[in-house]
Amino acid sequence: MDRQQTSAGTVDEREVAQFSRLAAHWWDQQGPMAPLHKFNPVRLAYVRDRTAAHFARDASRLDSLAGLRVLDIGCGGGILSEPLARLGASLVGADPSENNIAAARHHAAQSGLTIDYRATTAEALAEAGEIFDVVLAMEVVEHVADLSLFINVAAKMVKPRGLMFVATINRTLKSFALAIVGAEYILRWLPRGTHQWEKFVTPNELEIALERAGLHIIDETGVIYNLLGDRWQISSDMDVNYMVVAEKA
Amino acid sequence: MALDTMAQIKTDVLIVGGGFAGLALAVALRKALGPSFAVTLADPALVANHAADERASAIVASVRRLFDTIGVWGEVAGRAQPIVDMVVTDSRLTDAVRPAFLSFAGDVEPGEPFAHMIENRYLIEALAAMAKAEGITLQSSAVGKISHELERVHAELRNGLLVSARLLVAADGARSAIRAQAGIATHGWNYGQSAIVLNVGHERDHGGRAEEHFLPAGPFAILPLKGRRSSIVWTESTSDAERIVALPHDEFHAELEQRFKLHLGEITVLGARRVHPLGFFVARSFIAERIALVGDAAHVIHPIAGQGLNMGLKDVAALAEVIVEAARLGLDPGATAVLERYQRWRRFDTMTMGIATDGLNRLFSNHSDILRLARDIGLGLVERVPALKRLFMREAAGLVGEVPRLLRGELL
Repeated sequence: MDRQQTSAGTVDEREVAQFSRLAAHWWDQQGPMAPLHKFNPVRLAYVRDRTAAHFARDASRLDSLAGLRVLDIGCGGGILSEPLARLGASLVGADPSENNIAAARHHAAQSGLTIDYRATTAEALAEAGEIFDVVLAMEVVEHVADLSLFINVAAKMVKPRGLMFVATINRTLKSFALAIVGAEYILRWLPRGTHQWEKFVTPNELEIALERAGLHIIDETGVIYNLLGDRWQISSDMDVNYMVVAEKA
Repeated sequence: MALDTMAQIKTDVLIVGGGFAGLALAVALRKALGPSFAVTLADPALVANHAADERASAIVASVRRLFDTIGVWGEVAGRAQPIVDMVVTDSRLTDAVRPAFLSFAGDVEPGEPFAHMIENRYLIEALAAMAKAEGITLQSSAVGKISHELERVHAELRNGLLVSARLLVAADGARSAIRAQAGIATHGWNYGQSAIVLNVGHERDHGGRAEEHFLPAGPFAILPLKGRRSSIVWTESTSDAERIVALPHDEFHAELEQRFKLHLGEITVLGARRVHPLGFFVARSFIAERIALVGDAAHVIHPIAGQGLNMGLKDVAALAEVIVEAARLGLDPGATAVLERYQRWRRFDTMTMGIATDGLNRLFSNHSDILRLARDIGLGLVERVPALKRLFMREAAGLVGEVPRLLRGELL
């Protein structure tokens, strides 16, 4: 397959273009990003609860993440960055797409939030020597060109004793049925071509990449869609969507 | 007044309406989220004196737990009469003896009666005092025009203030002006029935017993108040109700006695007789952009099972829970996803309760002997199957299904 890649190697240009077209629609909850808005509470709760527990914070407070420096890699329009900033985190949102960053900045200003959005890549940030208490790679690794290269770069930016979160989709028959056929073709939750099944990542591949990058897995969990309640929830089933949190030694 | 010349305040949630639902929501949000989450409540009646209002309500166990959890019940517990048992009869007006077809006794949990009766004003006063003590921004003003701008909803107050909120909660009653402005239609009907509501004093103690007599014109309920007093909810066709309530004292007393009977000794009318037309409606949606309806603004049901006020507080418990969860995740409490969760949680329960109370009323408010036989067999069955009875009691107490945490007595 002939795929253009940036010199740094982990950004897949074709996919950047795909999301850029959607940038203006990030914040329309009934729009193309509706599935992500639906998914947001469950991943936010996971990030908040695990981070609060790790840094001895009270998760029920409205400033539960105050003072923590957090990097959101592939922040898109800021759907994850904004709520974390509202909880007091000092947020850097990075996305290679200028359109996404423009949309994210515009919306943060509307929301009265200060977020440091940068149209840049994880590699560039790592090269500049940036470090964070928490690094987030949520719904990102299934879009990168080289998993272990990406994880190494991201891990470099985690402070000692800091955390890295990864949320992604497993590469199983079930995920092909649900995440590709179901979500893109039947339910039309996502535009066709959003995901490529062969780029999905198994928990085992992810664990190996994280451990090799000097991170120690603290917890992993599945996420499933509850059809009756029309919401996503934590589950032991990691066959499709799952999340992992790891600590830097 | 032009928008740009109005004094403006920013708030997270603006609650329009300072009745039970509005005040309880304000207090619940403050207790859970603290002062950094701004709650503003607007109602021109905030300065009104409630002392003359003698109306009373049944507070079911789950709603009592909510009041307890937000710290209000302790203030009024001494004024509240526990309902320790309840007798239901199906009778004609002329029946000398009313055989009890159904009786409920006992507690939902040990020591916790399934309902309490209390005068509205004590609860409203306690809620208003708590809202004030908690530092909620109170505006004694009606709300005028609503508009939307950049992920916020703006409300022009009649006192000249412009309130910019992330979520507006309409708790402004059955004729909700907010609901009308949001363009939300309602569906429902009038029953052609009205309720005569009054309090009576009686010679003998009621022993905490509530009575509901299904008379052909509609239910006649005797609900025990503290002291030798009871609250009467007396249903008649609207024309009869208006005629009866306007009768001279002696004739009114005779009509009342014919229904109340003399088992509690001589009775005396206390205070005013009022008449309220009965209807049933449900808002077609409980939510609109950055707006949520609660309480009577969302639904009014037949008072046959005493569930109207309780339904409103169940809305409050569910809405408070989804707002608190969203705020603690840093999410926008007025976002569509948050409001949809509230609507999904409450609208089905409301429809079920609305249809059940409507069916109950249609089943009983008539003169048909066949229906009478059918309902007596049904009630007899419930009477003889303890598990069924317990389920009805827990359902009436609001303890069945996915119960919001405040209704289970848990802090948010």
